[in-house]
Amino acid sequence: MQQETPKQIRFVGKLDPDFVQKMWRGWKKVKFEEEMDPQFAEKVASYPGCNTLFDCIQCGTCSGICPMGSFMEYAPRKIVGMIRAGFKGEVLTSYTTWLCASCYACTVECPKNIKITDIMYALKQLAIKEHMHPRRLPIPVLARQFFEIVKKFGRNNEGKVVINMYFRTNPLLPLRNLIMGIKLYLRGRIAFTQDKIQNIPQLTKILNTVKM
Amino acid sequence: MSYLYYPGCCCSMKASGKAYEESLMAVLKKLGVTLEELKDWNCCGATMYMAIDQMQAFGMASRNLALAEQQCPNKTPELMAPCSACYVVMNKTKHFIEDYKEQVGTPIRNALKEAGFTYTGKTKVRHPLDILVNDIGLDKIRQHVKKPLKGLKVASYYGCLLVRPYSEFDDVHYPRSMDNLMEALGASSLEWPLKTRCCGGSMTGTVEDAGLRLSYIILNEAERRGADVVVTACPFCQTNLECFQQRIQRKSKGGISDLPILFFTQLVGYAMGIPERELGFHRLFVPFHFSPKQVVTEGVE
Repeated sequence: MQQETPKQIRFVGKLDPDFVQKMWRGWKKVKFEEEMDPQFAEKVASYPGCNTLFDCIQCGTCSGICPMGSFMEYAPRKIVGMIRAGFKGEVLTSYTTWLCASCYACTVECPKNIKITDIMYALKQLAIKEHMHPRRLPIPVLARQFFEIVKKFGRNNEGKVVINMYFRTNPLLPLRNLIMGIKLYLRGRIAFTQDKIQNIPQLTKILNTVKM
Repeated sequence: MSYLYYPGCCCSMKASGKAYEESLMAVLKKLGVTLEELKDWNCCGATMYMAIDQMQAFGMASRNLALAEQQCPNKTPELMAPCSACYVVMNKTKHFIEDYKEQVGTPIRNALKEAGFTYTGKTKVRHPLDILVNDIGLDKIRQHVKKPLKGLKVASYYGCLLVRPYSEFDDVHYPRSMDNLMEALGASSLEWPLKTRCCGGSMTGTVEDAGLRLSYIILNEAERRGADVVVTACPFCQTNLECFQQRIQRKSKGGISDLPILFFTQLVGYAMGIPERELGFHRLFVPFHFSPKQVVTEGVE
């Protein structure tokens, strides 16, 4: 009996200290208040349409209805909860906001009329502003290409935006999509000429005034 | 009846949705509607611009609304936007300018004023489906039908942005307007639950696996319910469901067979007896064939 007790203790002690430190990552989920950003929720709520964020009852309707929900690391309900708790880093670096296809299903279904799609837009803007968006995801790259082309010319060119995105993310992908491109071209469904608006200075003036 | 016409650039008229413009023009011409293109229109900003800078996106869209007011000073300008994304973005801009006066309304109005516009917010943004069903009316369309599509099972796919989030002319959860239009053409419309489910949007180009998966769900359900053809109202949905169909078939290991995807205007024009070439049928990846005789005998059996 006397021998068994130390054995048991030794067994408990042998529960590998390395395991706790290296293998088990549960401690990463536990955060101290100092590590969170208490102002984050208010920052998000300051965007137009996002102030209903605090009404959320965490029912999960948004996560259930979201067509992209199964691809996200945090579903919309969790994102709203995390914003309110102040998990700024996790929220802004996650893929979730960028996977939102903005189909407005959650906005329509929400029992508390929270505009979740607009919250996602606010998070996207915040992530771009603070350079925290996921680097290797093509979606922010596409958004940026679209933004720059439209800002410059006033109109968009589908083919140009897509080709630019491919060269910035995965240069081999255009080869894979070449057949599709040729098929589209033969049917006259893709254009390579850049359309422009006539009064570009006027548009630039509007955009610059709004920015300030 | 006359409307201002906003063609939209990102996906529709000069690019992958060319057939939509061709068929829409042919149908409206036949119904006696005159269109006037909005002069010097710019991109609406779509969903991408909003992700980078929302305020600038509102500025872009509101320029179109202000241009419409400038072009029609004496009456309420009705701006027809055929692309669902343009339609929803311009509607959203209108709503946000009214609903969030301090955050959005005032800066946008100031910016427009500095650029030499007066914005009153009287521009109405309309969708061709809304115009066909509510302004022209199903009775008038019924009179124009020359080739009734008897026996054709049509799955109406509205896409996500047509009725959401601001249901201007139809129910948010289970819209019926396109089904009624198809029934007016003599076709039988299919009741199916995925009418407003998202097709993946630009996801098929960026995160291909996810985007194709969403399109697959829609195609699979339409086929399972016995649809002969799927009609859409959005150039993005049409591109996703049709051009990527072969790739979806390969990924789902033959889970779905060829299903023609048409714009609803193409089918309206077809029933009205407009030649196929004018409706852009030659631009389709999956050809659409319909022979009423064969279908009628099937129905008798």
